[in-house]
Formats: sequence, C-alpha cells, structure tokens
Amino acid sequence: MSNRLIDLQHITKAFDGTTVLDDMNLYIRENEFLTLLGPSGCGKTTTLRILGGFETPDEGRVIFDGQDITSLAPNKRQLNTVFQKYALFTHMSVADNIAFGLRIRKKSEDYIREKIRYALKLVNLEGYEDRSPDSLSGGQQQRIAIARAIVNEPKVLLLDEPLGALDLKLRQDMQYELIRLKNELGITFIYVTHDQEEALTMSDTIVVMNQGYIQQIGTPEDIYNEPQNAFVADFIGDSNLVDGTMIEDRLVEIFGVRFACVDTGFGTNRPVDVVIRPEDLELTALPEGAEPGSEEYEEAAGRITQMNPGFLEGIVSHVIFKGMHYEMEVRARGFEWLVLSTRMFQVGTKVLMSVDPFNIQIMNKPESEDEKAVNPEGGIG
Amino acid sequence: MKNFRRLWLDGPYLLWTAAFIVIPLFTIVYYGLTDKTGAFTWDNILAMGTLERMKALILSLVLSLIATAVCLVMAYPLALILTNLKSGATGFIVSIFIIPMWMNSLLRILAWQTLLERNGVINQILQAMHLPKLYIINTPYAIALGMIYDFLPFMILPIYNSLLKLDPNVVNAAYDLGANRFQTFWKVIFPLTLPGVISGITMVFVPALTTFVISAFLGGSKVLLIGNVIEQQFTQVGDWNIGSGLSLVLMVFILISMAVMQHYDKDIAENKTAL
Repeated sequence: MSNRLIDLQHITKAFDGTTVLDDMNLYIRENEFLTLLGPSGCGKTTTLRILGGFETPDEGRVIFDGQDITSLAPNKRQLNTVFQKYALFTHMSVADNIAFGLRIRKKSEDYIREKIRYALKLVNLEGYEDRSPDSLSGGQQQRIAIARAIVNEPKVLLLDEPLGALDLKLRQDMQYELIRLKNELGITFIYVTHDQEEALTMSDTIVVMNQGYIQQIGTPEDIYNEPQNAFVADFIGDSNLVDGTMIEDRLVEIFGVRFACVDTGFGTNRPVDVVIRPEDLELTALPEGAEPGSEEYEEAAGRITQMNPGFLEGIVSHVIFKGMHYEMEVRARGFEWLVLSTRMFQVGTKVLMSVDPFNIQIMNKPESEDEKAVNPEGGIG
Repeated sequence: MKNFRRLWLDGPYLLWTAAFIVIPLFTIVYYGLTDKTGAFTWDNILAMGTLERMKALILSLVLSLIATAVCLVMAYPLALILTNLKSGATGFIVSIFIIPMWMNSLLRILAWQTLLERNGVINQILQAMHLPKLYIINTPYAIALGMIYDFLPFMILPIYNSLLKLDPNVVNAAYDLGANRFQTFWKVIFPLTLPGVISGITMVFVPALTTFVISAFLGGSKVLLIGNVIEQQFTQVGDWNIGSGLSLVLMVFILISMAVMQHYDKDIAENKTAL
C-alpha cells in the first residue's frame, strides 16, 4: 500500500499508577482501515484518545504526516473523531451540527450549505437538515455524527466503538455503510471495537491489544488463521485451545496422541499451546459397539488417518442447531472439544476426531506475564 | 379498592396543598381586593403608587438583579472548577458551600451585621492595619452583599448539576471540530447548561426580591426594600388589606420574571425541533 501517515513511537500512558499502554509502537498507512481490537481496558480507546489529542502520552511521540503532534491541541489536528454514543450537540439542528466545524473555520454559508447537502447524501439522510438530533434513531444519530466529522475533510477519521449502542441488524448494515464510506472518501479510518466480528468484516489491518500491549498486527485472515498467541486465538472467533508438546518439527503431541502438523522451529519436546478452530475438526462416526481392533473400528480409523495419522476417540455430548451448521461438543480425553459441522451426529455417538495438519496452529507458551504480550515493531509487510 | 388506595396516597398531599398553599393564596387575594368592611376595591393595589413604596420596589428589583448577576458570574466558573476536580476534592468543596446552608439564615445575616458594623470585626482589622474604614452597613451595598452571600449556593448547585450531566465527549467533540476553549464554552457548554442557569437565576432572584430579613439587619431602618414595606403593614401598621395588596403587586413582578425565564427555557426546547 502507500506510505506511513501516522507513527506511534514508544507510547506509554498510565492513569493513577496503572499502566494502560506500555511502550506501544504502531504505524498507520494512508487510506487504511485499521481496527484496534481488544477487551475493555486493553488500551485501545486510550490509543485513540492520544491520536485525537484528548490524552497526552507520558512517554513517546505521535508523528502525523512527518510532524510531531504529541502535544498539539485537538482543535489543531487534521483528524476528526466519531465518539461513542454520538456526542451530538442536542441544542442545535442536524444542519447546525454538521456545519459546526465549518463555521469555526469561517467557511462561506454557500460552501457550508453545499457541504451539508453532500454529507447528508453520503450518509443517506437527505432532507434531515432541520430535524433535532433528539428526534432521530440511534443509527441516524450515528450517521449525523459521521457526517459532522467528514465535512471537515480530515485525513483520518477516528471511530470509537461507533456501533456499540446499535442493535445487531443495524450494526451489520452500518458495517457495510462504513466500508462504502471509507472507499468513497478515500481517507484513513482508525476504528476501535471489542467486537471481533466487526473487526474481521471491515478492516484492512487489525491490531489485537490486551493489557496495554499489542498482541498481533495483521490482516483479518492472518489474525484468524495464524494467531500468534493463545490470547489472540481465544479472542478471535471460537477455538479449541489445548496444551501440547512439540515432539519435533511437524509433529505435536496432544493428550498423548501424536498429530502431524506443519509448524517448524519450536525445538524438540517443548510444551506449546495448540489452537484448532472448531470448523476444522473432522468427525467420523463409529458404528455401535465397535471396539479398537474390530473390523469396523479399523475401517473408520483408516479413513480418518488418511488425513492425519493422529486422531482422538470421543463421545458427542451436546448438539445445537445453528441454521447454517451444527455446533457440537465432543468429549475426548477429558476435554470438551467444540466442533462445527454441517453434518449432525446424535448425542451419545462415538466418534473419531482428527484435523488436517495444515489447520493445527502451534504457539509458544508464555513464560511470564510480560511475555504474554508480544510487542512487534509495527504492522504487516 | 384502587380508588381507595389512590385517595389514601394522594390525600395527604392534596390536604397539604389546600391548607398551606391554596387557602393562604386566596386569603391574600381576598384581603388584597377588599377594604375593612369587606367590599371590593382596587385601593390596596393602587397603594403601591406612593413615592416611598415605588422607591422600595425599584430598589428591590435593582438589588436582586445585581445580586443575581453577581451570583451567576461567581457561580459558573466555580461550578466549572468543581466539575473538573477529582471526585474526593469535589465533595469537600461542595460541602464548604452547603454547610452554611445548614445554619439559620437569620444567624448568618446577624454575623454579617457584626462583621460590617462601624466598629465591627472588619473595621477593627482595617484600623489595625492603618487602612481606611469600610462604611457600608445600613447601605444598599451591605444588602446586596448579604443577598449574594445568602443565595450563592442556590446558583452554584443547579449549574453544577447541569454541568455534571453534560457528556464530556460532547465537549471533546467541539474541540475535535476545531473550536478553541472560548468557542467551545459559548457555543456548546453554556447553551447546554442553560436550564441549570435559568433555575439558578430563579432560585436567587425570587427570594432576593422578596427578602425582608437581609434588609432589616444590614440596611437598618434607613434602607427599605419592598419586603420590609409589606412586613411593616402586617406587623406594625396592622393593615392586612394594604399588606396583601402590595404582596399581590410583588407577585405580579415575580410571575413576569418567571415567565421571562420560561420563555428562554422554551427557546432552547424549540431550537431543538424548529429550524
């Protein structure tokens, strides 16, 4: 893509002695849709507030377009924010809300009128000029908040959980709306959310954060398919996270069973975290009363070992129909495995379970609390 | 059953309203519009027309307007400071302003009398420091000072409350859109806290306009406010009819001032829906 627009360098911020951001480094490219994703208290909103100028970092610098803006006041920055819960001026009409920034900048009334019309059209609220913000629905208020920000032609739009207060259906509609807006405006969006689905849907780049550290930076596909640690794997989507031992390159032992995998470079006999996505687990039903050694058992095992020499034997303990698929729990070696499949297996069915080597994700175990947080030097290549 | 319960719940309140609000009000209207024989007359209302009473009414209006304005100018910045303080300090400072309200208002005014006397505490201190003495006791200045002191908390609290209710992100949004501190205050913070300002103004202006205690103690017998004129009619002259008539006139001024306030309040509400 294009060049770096914003560079966060060694940002550290503490509130009342609690460190919220610890030596954070991150760069953001021009025209990127970047999402800061993490649970509450992970530092994502603080990062956004530092970008917006509402907080000053204790240490570190914020570089915007080559300029150090670390201590520049919010009203002097070339970026605009869409706040949580909209923060509209309820004593003004929709048009006056949108015109606020332009009037401060002393633009001509003709220009302002044109801009209001353009912005309302962009957010699909034509003809709402004279309405009061209070008379609008949550989704409409959110659009006005976006319109109010974008008429100022910022280089970057900061969005602080803008869809948090909306219901599910509206949230999904607004996600498409935001992608469309970003493409039409051709500016950088920095988006803060705790909703992993939102992040996966909209982002070019996702920054997963936890406890003030960046856990992983990558495309949605990278983050989902190749989580770098147990936190990311657990936070993004459903996953089966189990202890394993890396016997050697391309061979991992889980619950005493050796599975083929594709990971290398973890050394030999090293304890590791293993992540297997529920949709990647493959099940084969065992006929009633089939014991190991029996013909039926060997036939089923033969089928499944074509994929991976390792497999586990388990019993289906829960089945929930989810529309597109079934969500099942399979009890094997004392662990409840989550399995998603379009095929249904009755509760109580004995199954053999395995996974394509390519779909086993191996991660180093954190050695200390600090190492739980990897702190890479920047974005993806 | 439901009706019975309603009556049981509403009853005491209705009784209270009737006994202590409606009946006294009608009594005043009755006395104000009749003479000693009970015949209808406008004379008690027109009794306001004497030079002395008009002077008292105008002085009352001027002093309560000044007191309200000074309270507003003092209270708003203070409320802003309170809102921006850390939670612990806020409680302490709010209580500094509220604790005097626990004391009898008469006592507080008497204290000011002692402080301001010709040879009172303040003048003794000034004298000891070889500074000119302050002779404001028994002047309108002392009355205005008493009003400001007495009613300031009633201005601070509603403004402070409306500032607390203001979403900090609304203020941040103004900065974010390029407004400086001055623009943010006048275009966003002040208009959004106007309801608090209006209730503060009402809560200071109305009691200041009707007070007779403050003027009695800090104005001596030299400065009369309309409150004192009315009080004298009841306690010294013993003419309930004229006293009630003058009260009705004062009530009209209060109603006018409240209507003006309501009008501003409605302006805010209308701005939301209209244009």
